[in-house]
Amino acid sequence: MPSTPHLEFERDLVEIQEKIESLLDLAEKKGIDVAIELRELRSKLTRLQEDTFQNLSAIEQVQVARHPRRPYTLDYLVRTFTDWMELHGDRAFRDDAAMVGGWARLEGSPVMVLGHQKGRDMKDNLHRNFGMPHPEGYRKALRLMRMAEKFGRPVITLIDTPGAYPGIGAEKRGQAEAIATNLREMARLQVPTISVVIGEGGSGGALALGVTDRILMLEHSVYSVISPEGCAAILWRSAEYRDQAAAALKLTSRDLLRLGVVDEVIGEPPGGAHSDWKATADALRVALVGHLEDLKGMEAQERRQKRWGKFEALGAWVDGEMAGPGRTGPLKA
Amino acid sequence: MAWFRKEKTPLRADDRRDLPSDVFDKCEGCGEILYRDKLAQNLRVCPKCGYHFRVPVAVYLEIFSDPGTFQELDREVRSADPLNFVDLKPYRARLNAAQKKTGRGDAVVTGVATLEGIPISLGVMDFAFIGGSMGSVVGEKIARLGRRSADDNRPLILVSASGGARMMEGIYSLMQMAKTATMLARLHEAGIPFISVLTDPTTGGVTASFAMLGDVNLAEPGALVGFAGPRVIEETIKQELPEGFQRSEFLLEHGMVDLVVDRRALRETTVRLLRLLLAAAPGDG
Ligand SMILES: [Zn+2]
Repeated sequence: MPSTPHLEFERDLVEIQEKIESLLDLAEKKGIDVAIELRELRSKLTRLQEDTFQNLSAIEQVQVARHPRRPYTLDYLVRTFTDWMELHGDRAFRDDAAMVGGWARLEGSPVMVLGHQKGRDMKDNLHRNFGMPHPEGYRKALRLMRMAEKFGRPVITLIDTPGAYPGIGAEKRGQAEAIATNLREMARLQVPTISVVIGEGGSGGALALGVTDRILMLEHSVYSVISPEGCAAILWRSAEYRDQAAAALKLTSRDLLRLGVVDEVIGEPPGGAHSDWKATADALRVALVGHLEDLKGMEAQERRQKRWGKFEALGAWVDGEMAGPGRTGPLKA
Repeated sequence: MAWFRKEKTPLRADDRRDLPSDVFDKCEGCGEILYRDKLAQNLRVCPKCGYHFRVPVAVYLEIFSDPGTFQELDREVRSADPLNFVDLKPYRARLNAAQKKTGRGDAVVTGVATLEGIPISLGVMDFAFIGGSMGSVVGEKIARLGRRSADDNRPLILVSASGGARMMEGIYSLMQMAKTATMLARLHEAGIPFISVLTDPTTGGVTASFAMLGDVNLAEPGALVGFAGPRVIEETIKQELPEGFQRSEFLLEHGMVDLVVDRRALRETTVRLLRLLLAAAPGDG
């Protein structure tokens, strides 16, 4: 995997990686034994990776979540799953490439998988609209979820979007209605449902795949009501305050676990998901299989009651003297 | 003939600069100077051009309930400021200021009432409270109101006015969209009517959750209704937006609302609808 592009705080890591590569190169060309140096460099790399990625600030987490080398939905579809068959279109307007979906197998069992899809380069991103769906994307997702319902298959969604697309066509074709309908209809599904935030969980565009029995997050993904830049522009009146906004929004996987929104945080390799796609895809599979097994053990009605109960409890309010079922006090930072 | 034309021209704000501003309002639609009392009697709809001024919560409570029947619920629910959020000001200070300004705990008033004898649940959002933004309290009160609707078999009427999610509550504000939509899933399956009334402005997370999910969506004329705000769209696409974009009439044309209804006809329209939807509504011949 190419070591560039990389983030500012990854510079030292990239340097060591390059050393490792040139050492391997040397060994191959000149037949020199580099085993000892290699072992040292590799353990140094792992230590530094752990050091770096365990101590990221909120805005750095956001940067990792948006990392240009981070695996996207389709990268998981061919690693976490097998037998992937993409299906297209909302049957009303067009096929939205920012949202992908179709059948796949998880450890052999058929599942419906839906996810936002970002582009890897500029051309690809124009096609994928940077992972920002239009209404027809949400409607395609809903069509496929209903197909899953018809055939009694679980629904798995992979969330990775900056958010809904603020454009004329998206408004004209009713993105608010499309998102809203997905929320209500996902709440109603009888089959087991799991969502996983794999990168950026950006506001309503993310939630449109997020009303599920279980909500999981990859360790370095983020999930937020608004981007730190957008929040800073509104509340601090300048996008320059994005670091403060990112910290204030409490958008990291650990924050969301503590706030009771997320059921599990899936650990990433020491250098982040982008440093080892396969290991991340394997970890995702293990987590999905575990939760799915758990969910399949319940009756449909019980599962839905629990799903409804989960969302109805989310929030933080005080009702006179009586504390609400949600969290009631300011939470510790 | 300047003098003649001047005679025919209605008095404009410039001509009436000396008039006390607590007696008159200038219509933003046609520029007409209107007596505030007369305007109030007309539910603050301009008698000349039909422009709908924004109105306080009390006006909608009156429109959608029989006199003296509205009983407010959950008055004391308050935000717990779960993130200890501080931007240029602490969120707590913003909450306190909004509570002082509006006399309310948060951005929605909910309760039960009768409407032409029909028992209903009614929620009205208050744009004056932090832009009508939806945080935990708005979500919780609307969810409770919906459960009340399901328990008592009452149609639900929600009047929206909101700038979107209450971002000072972070992910919890986003999750209120899921929470209110979940409540509507319950109502939907129970076969209970939900009438969504969209007023100026309704945008962001409120539009993309309960406000667009009415069995029937009614919009007041000229109301701004959308997901992304017009300024954000302009900044993204670097173009000026077309005239009337995201207004009620635009939504009607594009199939997103059922009817655009003059405020003075909202009550009658809603009552007619409920009688058409309900199995046995009082007054149904
Ligand atoms: Zn007028």
